[in-house]
Amino acid sequence: MSILDSTRDVMRRDQVWSFLQEPEQKVDISHQVLLYVEGLNLSFDGFKALNDLNLYINDGELRCLIGANGAGKTTLMDVITGKTQCDSGSVYFGQSINLLDKDEAEIAQLGIGRKFQKPTVFEAHTVMDNLELSLKSNKSVLPTLLAVLNGEEYDRIDEVLETIGLKGERMMLAGSLSHGQKQWLEIGMLLMANPRLLLVDEPVAGMTVQEGERTAELLTSLAGERTVVVVEHDMEFVRSIAQTVTVLHQGAVLAEGSMDEIQNNQDVIEVYLGEAP
Amino acid sequence: MSGFMSKFMSFSRINGDSKVAPFVVLLLTVTVLASACNLLLPSDSIFYVSTYTITLLGKYLCYAMLALAVDVIWGYCGILSLGHGAFFALGGYAMGMYLMRQIGDRGVYGNPDLPDFMVFLNWSEMPWFWHGMDQFWIAMLMVLLVPGLLAFVFGWLAFRSRVTGVYLSIMTQALTYALLLAFFRNEMGFGGNNGLTDFKDILGFDLQADSTRVSLFIITALLLCGLLILSKKIMQTRFGKVIIAVRDGESRARFIGYKTENYKVWLFVYSAMIAGIAGALYVPQVGIINPGEFSPINSIEMVIWVAVGGRGTLIGAIIGAILVNYAKTKFTAIMPDGWLFALGAMFVLVTLYLPKGLMGLFAQLQEQLKEKQQQSKNQSGNDSPNEKAEEGHA
Repeated sequence: MSILDSTRDVMRRDQVWSFLQEPEQKVDISHQVLLYVEGLNLSFDGFKALNDLNLYINDGELRCLIGANGAGKTTLMDVITGKTQCDSGSVYFGQSINLLDKDEAEIAQLGIGRKFQKPTVFEAHTVMDNLELSLKSNKSVLPTLLAVLNGEEYDRIDEVLETIGLKGERMMLAGSLSHGQKQWLEIGMLLMANPRLLLVDEPVAGMTVQEGERTAELLTSLAGERTVVVVEHDMEFVRSIAQTVTVLHQGAVLAEGSMDEIQNNQDVIEVYLGEAP
Repeated sequence: MSGFMSKFMSFSRINGDSKVAPFVVLLLTVTVLASACNLLLPSDSIFYVSTYTITLLGKYLCYAMLALAVDVIWGYCGILSLGHGAFFALGGYAMGMYLMRQIGDRGVYGNPDLPDFMVFLNWSEMPWFWHGMDQFWIAMLMVLLVPGLLAFVFGWLAFRSRVTGVYLSIMTQALTYALLLAFFRNEMGFGGNNGLTDFKDILGFDLQADSTRVSLFIITALLLCGLLILSKKIMQTRFGKVIIAVRDGESRARFIGYKTENYKVWLFVYSAMIAGIAGALYVPQVGIINPGEFSPINSIEMVIWVAVGGRGTLIGAIIGAILVNYAKTKFTAIMPDGWLFALGAMFVLVTLYLPKGLMGLFAQLQEQLKEKQQQSKNQSGNDSPNEKAEEGHA
């Protein structure tokens, strides 16, 4: 913005100076849509990772994203969570919060939690500490320095430990957990923050069948009060949880609908399911 | 004595399995004993500690404080700074300027207003940044502010641009090298090549007197203990947990809502301030500060002290600094040219065989001892817990 523009902006009489305004934190979902992704484009060295992608996620739904490798699933999550800047397009959280001009930490504080493909927990901390760090609290430097866990927060940690089934491992170092337990702990860390929207990248990769089933149960139980977007390759798993499935192909949405509709969709059969019957 | 020790052990246990409290007690005991042996005993007694030794010990403790600063940032946050010598030297220069102004007209040229090197350079008045440095409190403020401010600006620029790993290390190295070249210039107004020296007294006390030397030594020990406890406490708060989280998974920390760059900047500032204090205590004890303190090799040595002691343990850094510098004193007396080779060899050996440093080795031995005791306990069926604490402390 040029100096002239910013001067004009300061002189405008119809609005309060932007630095005096309370930062808007309320998510406006009066149209039942929580996340608007419109016309998203992103290319890496000429490779179009996202190609005019449009996606709307309703409040409280459980959405599955599927697609072949390189279809843009993880890249989409990177853009939504602020890790990657897109070339053009818009991403709105509710109707009024523009996610593109916020960084990862701000987006996380708005209530968007993300689970990575590879489980990433703080290995040198205990399970308890991992959860404590993920608490919804003021996360700037000084309040964190003086923070002490209160009873309510203890209860919250206990509750989440119960949900993810790691009550007995509370004092264990996260680094010594099994792969499946780490995945669960990471989901638990997301839950601690009480998020509006959960982005979950391949939650059952590397899990045993039983662990996968429990994960499916957990994710289904979360939907409703929270909105969950799951990226997954495992079709059985998708079938077991999905209400709506979105198929991505070459950076754009190919099809959207229930699992049965998707499986009967000619385009999808051609590019995705057709390859590996 | 053993009851006293075990009390301290149990006090330290409250805060996790920390050994800080017994270590502080040990350090202060040694300090008091050495000071008493210097001041109270006649110089022909076998227990007499010479003033030279006291000064040497004081110097080691300054280095230990510096190692503590490096460990806070490297061991806990994974930021390998190869430029902590710069903060140390800046703190030292601030103290040096104060001491320089205390000389007054007792310099070689006898000029009451200007330090010797300015008279020598034919300067007619003091540069602006020398004003006020004759006040002790302003000088002490500068000891904290100048390294802190430099660390803030540098850290803010570097961490906000998400410079990490080896690139950051190289930048810190360049920072200290740039300052080295700058301070070598006479026009900078810090005495150029010769630096600041020939100090007479501090706060009116003669710097050559035994009592002053011992006092400086005791102050250094007390501040070292204070900073050790403070750092430990900080690392036990949620802030400290975030710092470790940044070390182990910075992007995860960001995705749960922490602005990691702010955390890194403030930790860097804290660490630089500790380094500045160490420098300020170092200068009156060794009696000189010159641009050589900025040299990159010094900053690399500091990292080796921490690596030898064991990073991320705080106590390890202190032990490492004292041991390596003791070895340096002995080694350079026998074979001056060989020291750098020995240092290099030490670094390689520690990296290969003791990745957790001496503290790691110590913990491992303790573990084995415990196991053995467990076995003998199972055999004999009784064991005194006090004995365990004693051995754990040794």
